[in-house]
Amino acid sequence: MNPFDDFMVRAVVAGLGMAIVAGPLGCFVVWRRMAYYGDTLAHSALLGIALGFLLDVDIIVGVVAVCVVVALVVGAMQRRGVLATDTLLGIMSHSTLAFGIVVLAFLETVRVDLLVYLFGDILAVGVVDIAWIYGGGVVVLAVMTVMWRRLLSLTVHDEMAQVEGINVPALRLAFMVLLALVIAVAMKIVGIILITSLLIIPAATARRFSRTPEQMAVLAAAIGCLAVIAGLAASFRFDTPSGPSVVAAAFILFLLSRLPLPGRAPA
Amino acid sequence: MTTPSDDILVEIKGVDVSFGATEVLAHVDLAVHRGEVVTVIGPNGSGKSTLLRVALGLLSPDRGSVTRSPGLKIGYMPQRISVDETLPLSVRRFLSLGAPDVGADETEALMTEVGTAHVIDHAFQAISGGERQRVLLARALLRHPDLLVLDEPSAGVDVTGLGRLYRLIARLRDERGFGVLLVSHDLHIVMAESDTVVCLNRHVCCSGRPESIRQHPEYLALFGAEVPGLAVYHHDHDHAHDMAGNVIEAPTHRAGADG
Repeated sequence: MNPFDDFMVRAVVAGLGMAIVAGPLGCFVVWRRMAYYGDTLAHSALLGIALGFLLDVDIIVGVVAVCVVVALVVGAMQRRGVLATDTLLGIMSHSTLAFGIVVLAFLETVRVDLLVYLFGDILAVGVVDIAWIYGGGVVVLAVMTVMWRRLLSLTVHDEMAQVEGINVPALRLAFMVLLALVIAVAMKIVGIILITSLLIIPAATARRFSRTPEQMAVLAAAIGCLAVIAGLAASFRFDTPSGPSVVAAAFILFLLSRLPLPGRAPA
Repeated sequence: MTTPSDDILVEIKGVDVSFGATEVLAHVDLAVHRGEVVTVIGPNGSGKSTLLRVALGLLSPDRGSVTRSPGLKIGYMPQRISVDETLPLSVRRFLSLGAPDVGADETEALMTEVGTAHVIDHAFQAISGGERQRVLLARALLRHPDLLVLDEPSAGVDVTGLGRLYRLIARLRDERGFGVLLVSHDLHIVMAESDTVVCLNRHVCCSGRPESIRQHPEYLALFGAEVPGLAVYHHDHDHAHDMAGNVIEAPTHRAGADG
């Protein structure tokens, strides 16, 4: 029997794939203080889903396109400097979410289960979704590996990076596209409301045990995997929603990581 | 110092920059030659940082030209740097980000030279402000720059610390022959080895050599005695500005330093 016939196997395989990619990318979200920014892109993904249905293109394409447009709009408005960044992100985050729901309501021919996209349904993940997660994941990890040092330089000081010959605008755009891709492929698992948590909680948990950026990236991926396994096991055992269970497991791991270690000051 | 024009590292000519309706730089000329130390001083809001950003290529001027020598390698020491606590970054790793091809021996030797060898394996966020500044200098120098650009190196450093920093930069300039472009808000203290001091207040008010200022009574009144490595640039406005910011020439025109 094909193991992928089992929905639990598909759920675990999909979840692990997502966690492995979200770990390193989530580290950059944390290091660059972009948690709210990630949230904004995730919320705008719903508009991408709606437009995907409306224009009859793949919803992953729709999500990536809308995320990139939102990122560019936020960037342009930041440069004009009229509104504080958190205000700007708040406006874009909720407006795109609202427009997404409104556009979906207009689609009379398509029945869309909004809850699946908002909160995810890892148990409904199919083989095609798994192919997307691993295909997209390999691309994201490969691009991140190539850009690793430049991304670190950008994180440390963007103007210094630019003076040192790094094409900062192009690198920023590339990072946004990577973030959009991860949101697009991960939304079915945890939903767009909870996606940012799987980027930042494992990374924040890994911080204390890491002495280099690379250690933290690998550890964040491993902690994400642990959260996926624990969360799905709990979901299966107690019949709780899978996406929120994974996030809850990640949070419990985070709390455990804050406990004082023998011989070390509390974190 | 005689500097033939083909030794120009960066040259700014007739640069205007406005942000909205606010004119920040008007008709500014500036050149840095190989081996030359150029210090730009001016009060807060005088456009120093903007001028620096234009020279670094981070900002395109509205008018005027910026010419950099082909293949110019810049070592840039920013005024502020804020690395999030969540990034596990040692000083050693921080240094290698700017110059990945430089070996550990050279890095350690340079860290000894700037006096921060003891923090090389510390977390970058944990070192003191003065150490951080010298680490930033080391990172800029590890790139083997043709031009060293320093933004407000006096920020957060006491006078003797600043004197040491300036003497170190001057000695390395003598050894390696790079040009230095330095920006400071401090009108009274500039690097003694400056070849040219440019006073900026949205336009170039005056420029000249600093050593004639060193014995100036006002400097002595301010600091009592000379601090090695430091000189004072006596900033004497030779003109006034009208309401629109235009220059009104004063009766006696004294370009640059007096004396």
